[in-house]
Amino acid sequence: MQESNLQETLKKAFVSDDLLTQCMHCGMCLPTCPTYNITKLESSSPRGRIRLIKSVAEGKLEINDTFINEINYCLDCQACETACPAGVKYGAIVEAAREEVSRNDLEPFKNRFLRRFGLNFILANQSLLKIVARMIYFYQNTGLQGFLHRMGVFKILGTGLEKADQLSPAISKRFSSDVMDEVYSPAGPVRYRVLLPLGCLMDVAFADIHSDTLNVLLQHGCEVIIPRNQGCCGSLHAHNGEQKKGRELAQRTYDLFSRYEYDFIVSNSAGCGAYMKEYGHILSDPGVGGVSPLTTHHSPLIFSSKVKDLSEFLAETGFMAENYDFAGKVTYHDACHLAHTQKVTKQPRDIIRSVKNVSYTELEEASWCCGSAGIYNVSRYDDALKFLVRKMDNLDKTGSEVVVMANPGCMGQIKHGTEKFNQPVEVMHLATFLNRAYRPAKK
Amino acid sequence: MKDSVLSALGEIVGKKNFLTDPVYREAYSYDGTPLLRQLPEAVLFPESPEQIAKILELANQEKFAVVPRGSGTGLSGGSVPVENSIVLVMTKWDRILEIDNENLTAWVEPGVITEKLQTEVEKLGLFYPPDPGSMKICTIGGNVAENAGGLRGLKYGVTKNYVLGIEAVLPNGELLRSGGKNVKDVAGYNLRDVMIGSEGTLGVFTKILLRLIPKPQKSVTMTAYFDSILESGKAVSDIIAAHVVPAMMEFLDHTTINCVEDYTKIGLPRNSEAILIIELDGKGAEVDEDAAKVLDALKRNGSTFVKVASSESEALTLKSARRSAFSALARVKPTTILEDATVPRSELPVMIEKVKDAARNYDVMIGNFGHAGDGNLHPTCLTDERDSKGIENAHRAFDFIFNEAIKLGGTITGEHGTGLAKKEFLGRSAGETGIRFMEQLKSVVDENNILNPGKIITMRPRCEGTLPRRREDIPEHNHTHQH
Repeated sequence: MQESNLQETLKKAFVSDDLLTQCMHCGMCLPTCPTYNITKLESSSPRGRIRLIKSVAEGKLEINDTFINEINYCLDCQACETACPAGVKYGAIVEAAREEVSRNDLEPFKNRFLRRFGLNFILANQSLLKIVARMIYFYQNTGLQGFLHRMGVFKILGTGLEKADQLSPAISKRFSSDVMDEVYSPAGPVRYRVLLPLGCLMDVAFADIHSDTLNVLLQHGCEVIIPRNQGCCGSLHAHNGEQKKGRELAQRTYDLFSRYEYDFIVSNSAGCGAYMKEYGHILSDPGVGGVSPLTTHHSPLIFSSKVKDLSEFLAETGFMAENYDFAGKVTYHDACHLAHTQKVTKQPRDIIRSVKNVSYTELEEASWCCGSAGIYNVSRYDDALKFLVRKMDNLDKTGSEVVVMANPGCMGQIKHGTEKFNQPVEVMHLATFLNRAYRPAKK
Repeated sequence: MKDSVLSALGEIVGKKNFLTDPVYREAYSYDGTPLLRQLPEAVLFPESPEQIAKILELANQEKFAVVPRGSGTGLSGGSVPVENSIVLVMTKWDRILEIDNENLTAWVEPGVITEKLQTEVEKLGLFYPPDPGSMKICTIGGNVAENAGGLRGLKYGVTKNYVLGIEAVLPNGELLRSGGKNVKDVAGYNLRDVMIGSEGTLGVFTKILLRLIPKPQKSVTMTAYFDSILESGKAVSDIIAAHVVPAMMEFLDHTTINCVEDYTKIGLPRNSEAILIIELDGKGAEVDEDAAKVLDALKRNGSTFVKVASSESEALTLKSARRSAFSALARVKPTTILEDATVPRSELPVMIEKVKDAARNYDVMIGNFGHAGDGNLHPTCLTDERDSKGIENAHRAFDFIFNEAIKLGGTITGEHGTGLAKKEFLGRSAGETGIRFMEQLKSVVDENNILNPGKIITMRPRCEGTLPRRREDIPEHNHTHQH
C-alpha cells in the first residue's frame, strides 16, 4: 500500500493511529490481564488485542468471529492501563473496536439485543426503566421467580437466561428518585455543597446505598442536592461500544447538573464516576449538544474536575474517623473503574483502616476484576464465573466477615458468588459500611 | 505451506493446540522488538518432548521453519517468526518440577515465569538472582535462550551463571541432556553452555536445572542525585575502585528520570541530570560498612543528595520503577529502539559521552539508562516508526554507538542477544573466525536450517567482503568528527 493511501485509510479508521502506535508491545501488561491469565493466548492479552485492532485498522486483517470474540472477551477492566509504563489508553482503543463491531452488526444476536434494547432503549430512558423495574420487583417478590425456577422454565428457554436471571439485582421497594428530596441539610454548619447523582440502575436497584451515601455525606457536614429528573450518565453505553448514545446521555446529565450550584459531585458508583470524569474530554467538542444559556459559567472540564468518588471526597476533605467504630474483620475489593480508571486505591483503604476497632486484612489480587464488568456477567456468564471463582478464593483466604467495595456492579457479582459458593462474607458498599459504623463522638 | 503439512502438524499436537486463524497468526507475529513483524503459518502449543521431536522431524522433511517462543518479550527479534514458519509456544510448560534444598538447585520447565520462580524459592530462604526488566512475565526458557542479564548482574552475574543443566530437543528431533547437579563436571565438550544464549537456533529447551544461592540477609537501597552525568559515571568507577560490589548500580539520565516519574509518581528528582540507584546486600555488618564507603564515594563525586529507602516496600517500588524505564520512555515518542551496547566498566563515563555525541550528530533523541555497575548501557532512541527519516537516523546513530563501544573493548549486545536486530553488526564483535565457527556449528547441528533460521547468523554465502580482523582495523567514521 502506498504511504499516502495508508494515511488515508488510517484517517478514516475507527481508532486513532496515535493511540495504537503508543503501544510498543513490551508485554508488561500481560501478567495483569485476567483473560490472558486464563487462556495464555497472546490474542487474549492487551498487547495482542491492540495489535489485532491495529491490523484491522490498517486493512491487514479482516474482522472475523475470533476477532469479535477476543474483543468482547476483554473485561475492559483496564488493569493493563495501570501496568503500562508507556501510558497506552487501552480502554479507549478496545471501546472504539467494540463500536466498530457494533456499527457493522457483526456480533451475535444476544449481545446485539443487550446493547440495542437493554442499553439504548431501556437504560437510556429512566421512566421506562422504572416501569420495567416495577415489573421485575413484582416478579421477584410474588413468588413468580421461584415458581419459574422450580418449573424449569428457564431450562426450556435456554441456560443463558437462567444464569442472567440469578444475577439480576434485587429491585428496591421504593426507588431513590421517588422518595428522596431535592435538598438535604446537615445538622451542623454546611462544610460543602455536594451533588449526588442517582444514576439509572442504582436508582431502582440500590436505593439503600443512596440513602446510606446521603447519611454519610450529612455526617460529613454536607448539604446534599439531588437533582430532579436524573437519568443514566452514559457510562454503560460508552464502555460497551455505544459511544454516541453515551455522549448523548452525558450531555443530558451535564446540562441538568449545571443548573445547580455545588462544590463537588460525589459518586458512589465507580463506572459512573469514571465516565463523568471524562465529560471534560468527550463534551468539549462544540458539535455535541451545545451549551445551554444556564451553563455559561460552567464547562465540562470544570464539571469533571468536581467529580469525586465517595472515598476520594471523604479523604480529601478530612475524614472524621473519630465518629466511626466497627468491630469486625474487614477487607476491601477494588472496583476496576475506581482503581484502574480513576486510580483511587489508597483513599478507601485509609478510610476503612482508620475506623475504630476494624481488623483489616488486605485482599490478595484486590484489583483483579471480579467478572462483573458492566454487562459482562450477563453477556458472558461462564467467562465471568471464572474470574468470580478466583475472587471468591482470595476472599476466603482473608477470613473476613465483611468485604467493602465502592461499586454496585461488583456488589451484585460478588453477592452472587457468596450465594453460589455458600461463603459467609457480607458484601457491603463503603457508604453502607460507614453508615453502620457511625458512632458520633461526644462533643 | 501445504494443507497436507498443516494437517499433519495439527495431528501431532491435537486440534486445541493448533491455531491457524488469521487472528492468532497476527497475535504471534511479533515480540518485544520494535519494527519487526512476520506472520507465521500456524501457532502450536506442544505438550511433550515427543511432540516437539515430531514437529522438528516434519520440518526437516517438508522444509519449513520452526520458531520457539516464550512470552515474547525479547528485544532482538529472537522469537519473531520468519518466512514459511510455525511458532512453537512454550508458555504452558510452567511447572516448577523440584526445588532441591540440599543441592541448592531447581528443575523447571521452560515456560516458568522468572518472577514466579524467584517468589517460590525466596519462600524457602533461597535466591535466584537473574532479574531481567521483564521478569514479571518473561520465561526461564527465554532467559536461558537469550542468556538474559538484569539489574543484579554486577554482583551476581547473568543467567548463564545459574544454569547447571538442560534438556533440549535438537533440530533433528533427538533429545539432548547436558549438565546436572554436580558442581564440577568436565566430561567432554560443555554442550550445556553452547545451548545457553543460542537464541533458539540449536535446540528447544524442555527442562532446565538452575543453581540457587542462599538469600542475602540484609539489603540497603539508595538513590543518589547528580547535576552532571559525568560525575555520576565517575562515582561508579570510584565505588568499584573502593572494592565495593553493589548488588545493583543503575543509572538513569534526565529524560529517563522524567518518563519514569510520569509513570510511577514516586518522587524522582525531575531536575537532576542523572541518578544512580544502588543496592547493597549481604550480611548485616558488611552491608553497613559498604554503605559507608559508597556514601563517601558519592559525596566525593558531587552527588547533590542521597536518599536511602526507609523500608523494603520503598526499595521494591524504586526497583520496579527502574524496570519500567524502557517502556516508560515511550511516553515521549511512540517508538523506542533500545540497544544494549556494553563496555568494560572503567570506560563507562567515556561511553556515556559517546552516546551524547551520537544523539547530537545524527539529530536523534536518545534516552540513556542502564546497568552502570557492569558497563551495560541502554541508549534508547525515541522516535516514531511512521517517520522513515527518523528511523534511518536512529540506525546511523546506533551504527556509531556500536563502533565506539567496540573501540573501547566493548560489545554490541550485553544481554538482549543478536537475533535479527543486531545481526548485521555481529561481525564487528565476533570477527570473521567467530562468525565462521558459528555457521559451521549451526550447519552441523541443524542440517536443513529449520530451527529459528536467520537469527544471529545468515546461513548463505557471505558477500559483504572481508571484515576487519582487529579493533584497530575498523576505519574511523570521519563524518562523526565534524562537530
